This record gives sequence, C-alpha cells and structure tokens, in this order.
Amino acid sequence: MTTSVVITGLGVAAPNGLGKEDFWEATREGRSGIGPLTRFDGSGYPAKLAGEVPGFDAKEHLPSRLLPQTDRMTRLALVATDWALADAGIKPQEAEGFEMGVVTASSSGGFEFGQNELRKLWSKGSQHVSAYQSFAWFYAVNSGQISIRNGMKGPSGVLVSDQAGGLDAVAHARRQIRKGTGMIVSGSIDASVCPWGWVAQLASGRLSTVEDPARAYLPFDPRAAGHVAGEGGAMLILEQADKARRRGARIYGEVAGYGATFDPKPGSGAEPGLRKAIELALADAGTAPGDVDVVFADAAAVPELDRAEADAINTVFGPRAVAVTAPKTMTGRLYSGAAPLDLATALLAMESGLIPPSTNTEPDPALGLDLVTGDARPARVNTALVLARGHGGFNSAVLLRTAPTG
Amino acid sequence: MSTQPFTIEDLKRILLEGSGAAEDVDLDTDILDQEFEDLGYDSLALLETSSRIERTYGITISDSILADATTPRALVGAVNEHLAEDAAA
Repeated sequence: MTTSVVITGLGVAAPNGLGKEDFWEATREGRSGIGPLTRFDGSGYPAKLAGEVPGFDAKEHLPSRLLPQTDRMTRLALVATDWALADAGIKPQEAEGFEMGVVTASSSGGFEFGQNELRKLWSKGSQHVSAYQSFAWFYAVNSGQISIRNGMKGPSGVLVSDQAGGLDAVAHARRQIRKGTGMIVSGSIDASVCPWGWVAQLASGRLSTVEDPARAYLPFDPRAAGHVAGEGGAMLILEQADKARRRGARIYGEVAGYGATFDPKPGSGAEPGLRKAIELALADAGTAPGDVDVVFADAAAVPELDRAEADAINTVFGPRAVAVTAPKTMTGRLYSGAAPLDLATALLAMESGLIPPSTNTEPDPALGLDLVTGDARPARVNTALVLARGHGGFNSAVLLRTAPTG
Repeated sequence: MSTQPFTIEDLKRILLEGSGAAEDVDLDTDILDQEFEDLGYDSLALLETSSRIERTYGITISDSILADATTPRALVGAVNEHLAEDAAA
C-alpha cells in the first residue's frame, strides 16, 4: 500500500494578504491585491500593474545575518516557512535533521538581487559585486536557505518549470516522503517585481497592458488580454499521514493525485497536454471526474490558452459539470508561487465549505465553464483539482482530498 | 587608543554592513580571539568582508591570509601589516 501524504501546515505570502488568515479573509471576500507598481517606477514600461505582497518588513522576522545574502523571494519564503511550521506545530530544532527535507519550485531565481549586483558590476567593477551573488540569485536558493535555517538535512531539491513547477515540487516532495522521509517543506514563493524581472516577463508577450486594476486580468472573459504579474506564493508542510496522525496534527488534506505532461510541438495542431495531465492526476488518486468538487484553473487570460483549458476541463468533466474558480484574479499570476497558493486556497476552501470567487471576469458562455464569480459559493469541498501550466509547454495537475480517517 | 589605521571597530562595522550578525552573537562583547566560525561567519562572509576591506583601504588581501586569519585579532593584524607595507613602499 502506498504511503498517504498529507498537508499539515500552511504559510502564505500573497498580494492580497500576508499570512494565512489575512489572505483567506481577502480571498473569500473577493478582495484584490492588484494595483499600480510601487516597488519601482513602472511609468516607462508597457505593463504598469502588479500583485505586490503588502507590508512585509524582513527585518521584523529574520536575523540581520541573513539580510545581505537574500533576495526578497528568499526572505518571503523563509518567513512563510516559519509560519507553515508553526501552523503544523513542528519545531524543527527538536526533530531529527535527516527526517526533514525541502523541495521548492522557482521560475526565475532572485532577480532583484541579481539586478543590483549586475548594476554594480557594470558601473563600479567586479570588486563591488557581493560574494553572496554566488548563490542569492540561484533557483535552488530557497530550498538551500530553508534547509540551513531549520537544520533540514533530508532530501532537497528545486523544480524549474515556470508556473507548473509549483505543483511539480509538491509531487516530488510526495515522492520523497513515500521513499521514507517523514516531513518535507514544499511549495514555492517567487518574486521578481523589479525592472530586470519585469522586462523578462514582458518578453513572454503575455502581460496585460491594461491600466485599470479591475479590467487588467480577465481569464475566460471575451476581453482577456494577458495577465498581471505578481509575487508571493505559499509554503506547505507535507508529512506521512500516519506520522501526522500519531502526533495528533491537524490534517488539511491529502495530496491524492498528480499528473504532468508536455505539450506537442507548436503548430502541430495536436491536442495540448492539459487534459491528459488531469486524467493522470484523477487516475493516480483513484478518483472519478464526478467526485471532484472544484477545479482551480490555471487561468492564463490569453484567449487561445483559456479555450484550451476550458476544452480540457469540459472533455474530462462535461460542460458546466464542475465548479471552476481562479482566485489568482486577485493576486495576478505568481509564476512558481501560484499553484502552491492555489493548493493552500483549496485546503482552506475544504475547511470552510466555501469556494472563493474569480473576480472581475465575466466568462464567455461559449467556453462552457461553471466559473464561480461574484461572491464565494458555499459548497461541500472534499476534492479539489489544481491546474498549472508553465510557459513552454508544461502541464501539471494535483488532486487534493480530505484525508481519510483512521 | 589604537594607533593602528584598521581597528576592531572598523572590522565590526564592515562585518555588519556586509554580512549582518547572527541572532545569538553580540559583537559588542570581546570578540577579538573568538573564531569567526563561532561568531556565525562562514568562508563566504569572510570573502565578502575582505572584499569590502580591499575596496575601502585600497589593498589586496591574498586568499592565504584570509584562510589563516581565523579570528578578528588575526585579521585586524594582517590588514595592518598590509597597510604598513604599503606606507613603507
């Protein structure tokens, strides 16, 4: 029998809420965190809106030893991990180091740190570049810093597959737990709201240039014209279900199924891989489509990608047969941080019997989706499917389920 | 009190600017003969520190000096030797 893997702790840093409680309150009430760029002067860039994490002062949470060597994304990830561990009731300093691991995702690494050091390199010379640039920008830096801070010496790694990476990391964490590690810190926090990161994201051609926060990111809407970029995400504590039960932990839910596929060659006309990823996740969980209570959509807000996602959902579940939502309409797309935040949201939805809404968007009826808009929808949520697509062809799906008792 | 151009206070300032301080370490106690490692500064922190000293004082500190100077007293001494050699040259 395969080891059941459950989530017992959540640490959230999102544009519409810092900390699990603030985030969930905003999300169930449909409150957005999207607004004009404040972290740098955006007036010269085509995209002028962002989802920025509000009110985060790293000095309040971290020792000064860590500040000169960390990018904003790492600071957020370290603090969100502290919160997730506290939420799970785990004191890592009292646990056996090799029993704990860290698997995160990253889409761009510490862009802002890198930008500042590269600026020094070109304006002042190599002597002025921080020694910490050697790792502070690096994709794996969040896994490394979380592991060092908490003495976690078990399996560690990073998954890099753009937005899909947030689910791929959780799936890899589950794999490591099934191989015998008791607990893994997983999830992801991404943050590259800085000029260099902005230009890199603009190059995708998928950033919305609409300047009204209420009209800029409208997935599944006939007016969809790209997404707003954001920062943040969520850190999650994954454990062997038996171990979590033995220590009397609160169990948010089980990571019951996972599927990942890659899209066919562009222009081939072949079907995108998302449907297959959903089917693989359902099969992995032994769950029938009719048992799924809600789908958290990837919600690209690029018409062709919206259509492909709606087609995949409708093919598996039937038209308007399952509730679909995209709370990321309140945060913007968070790259590798998006899907872990959706996982956290789905678990909070299970706990409170509420499906949070997709905001602003008025879905095209032709897409055939039962999109939850307006107010949060009361519903029994025992099973939630979270979808994520990464730029370049990555598709991933994770199925969460309320944990079996006993 | 010190006639040396580079003092422990200079070193503390540069350590704090470049690498901060660990939660459980008080740099205001007598740290002269404590190992950098025990003060929470790893090899990378020392690399960053030496790079800042080099920039500030216009000297070059070789890797071997850095490897041998495992305490603040040793590093302050090594930097002052450099500065004295430069002054004599």
